[in-house]
Amino acid sequence: MGALLVLIFVALICLCAPLYASDWAHVNAFSSNINGRFFIDGHWRSLLQANTQGLGLGVSPVGPTWHLNNYFLGADSQGRDVFARLLYGGRDSLLIGTASALICVLLATISGLAAGYFGGVIDWIVSRLLDITWAFPVYLLAISLSVILVTSGFSVGPVHIQAGSLLLPIIIIALIYVPYVARPLRGIVMTLKEREFIQAAIGSGASDWRILRKEILPNVAPSIIVFFPLMVAFNMLTESALSFLGVGVQPPNASWGTIINDGLNLLYSRPWVAMAPGLMIVITAGALNLLGDGFRDAFDPKAKLRGSI
Amino acid sequence: MFSFTLRRALSALLVLFAISIAVFLIFFATPGVDPAARIAGRSASPATLAHVRAAFGLNRPIFIRYLLMMDHLFIKRDLTSYVNVGLKVVPQVLKAAPITLALVSGAAVIWLTVGIFGGIVAAANRGKFIDPLVMFIGIAAVSVPAYWLGEVVNLITQSRLHSSVFSWVPSGGYVSLTQNPFEWALHLLFPWLTLAALYAGIYARVLRAELVNAMNEDYVRTARAKGLSERRILIRHALRCSLISIVSLFGLDFGALIGGAALLTEVVFGLPGVGMLTYTALQNLDLPVIMACVLYGSFFVVLANAVVDVLYAFLDPRVRVA
Repeated sequence: MGALLVLIFVALICLCAPLYASDWAHVNAFSSNINGRFFIDGHWRSLLQANTQGLGLGVSPVGPTWHLNNYFLGADSQGRDVFARLLYGGRDSLLIGTASALICVLLATISGLAAGYFGGVIDWIVSRLLDITWAFPVYLLAISLSVILVTSGFSVGPVHIQAGSLLLPIIIIALIYVPYVARPLRGIVMTLKEREFIQAAIGSGASDWRILRKEILPNVAPSIIVFFPLMVAFNMLTESALSFLGVGVQPPNASWGTIINDGLNLLYSRPWVAMAPGLMIVITAGALNLLGDGFRDAFDPKAKLRGSI
Repeated sequence: MFSFTLRRALSALLVLFAISIAVFLIFFATPGVDPAARIAGRSASPATLAHVRAAFGLNRPIFIRYLLMMDHLFIKRDLTSYVNVGLKVVPQVLKAAPITLALVSGAAVIWLTVGIFGGIVAAANRGKFIDPLVMFIGIAAVSVPAYWLGEVVNLITQSRLHSSVFSWVPSGGYVSLTQNPFEWALHLLFPWLTLAALYAGIYARVLRAELVNAMNEDYVRTARAKGLSERRILIRHALRCSLISIVSLFGLDFGALIGGAALLTEVVFGLPGVGMLTYTALQNLDLPVIMACVLYGSFFVVLANAVVDVLYAFLDPRVRVA
């Protein structure tokens, strides 16, 4: 229950990002603001201040002020408000995690059900496709797909996706994790198919479509519900890793992964730029994993899912 | 056993073949931009583009293109980078591979030791304080991005405390084992610990669940009836069966780590392994390097998985038949 509350809270504050940026902090989270100034303690100060330590070269962005309406977490190297970017980034991270998990679970349900129920040639083809994707190292597959698609976009016939669109990471991440869900679902369907009630349905002359929809789907639904939050957590972590590597979310969009990447050069002078989005990822993914565990205990005590990130 | 090994090797070869085709299709047949322009890099001259077209046979039939790519990668091994002109890619990958291997295998020793010990302790103290603690660490481990944890470690050891408590921690980089074994271990210590921290929790959790299941089995009741001590039952009887699932888990994780998951740890700690090579190539879109890293990476992954499967069959004879 606590996990669900945490998730709702994170989603709510991230949804309020534009509200916060425009009405409260009065900042633009996406355009660079190198010469910007901000008002604190009765003085106007520059966002990027000249270094005083060491050789005194270069500039450092302002650190956290801990005033919610005034650069709460400081600025990044472009003078942008880190807290506003954190909220905007959360929107993209949550969107990509949820949307790709939806697509992934949907594709996995279709392929798992088809392979498990029909068997034969369909099963052979689907299983081989899943096997190959499964054997392909997840990160390498995601990186190869991303580096090709994210930089130049994708267009086949009427489908045209622009480079830098959020759809690309969503689809790529959804595709690479299909086997993780489809393989266990296929197994469940195969055992279900041998059960008496399915045999009875076949015997009473029900169509394949009706059996799949009315008999099999309700029985695999608990497993799908258990998989969903775990896949959202998984996909969010993958998205952050890809964005950190520069092949996920593209500027000017932000996600928690890209903000951590922004903070890499500021790690020792302004650690909060990298620490805050990481903490948000840990909190959100942790809550999702707890939720998944709770669902599993409630619906499907025998389900097993494990992956590694 | 021999026929199982042979069958497993054959299927590994098939998988490798399928992966190489998939990589080829991703890099050369994805609609969008001309593959020559991608491979040659962002601002290539027309002469370079023409050279790329000839080298990869881009105007020839698709299967010849595939063969040419394999030829450049595995037989002639003369794939060169067009961003850093003249840099041979394959020797680079082969030079970086041992570093990745050192990172992952060292971490594996730590996480297996800690994970197995933690799992046993949690199972032995079921319901007591230590048990939920292991659960919690297991959940935390699947929720933390590995690279971010590395940055936290860097921040702790390299920032303010670097002048006092952690002055002995090197600031990233790598020293080869033959050059100075002590410095080698010192440079790899925190990367090892970071990687191991993530996996030890998961392994402890999985092993605990397996052990708790095993303790309800008939053979444990028999052992109890013989009058063996609880400790002996746990270690000698239940653990032996439960370790099998840890072995198969380990195969997947070890492969996944070598094939990219350790990439992020290498980047954060500045270790010049295959992951770092991929990362730098990604920064300037050096496609031939990425291609080579991906194919060699998947090679190691498939190999690791095959070796583990054979090991698994050695431990558990039931698997050999299936």
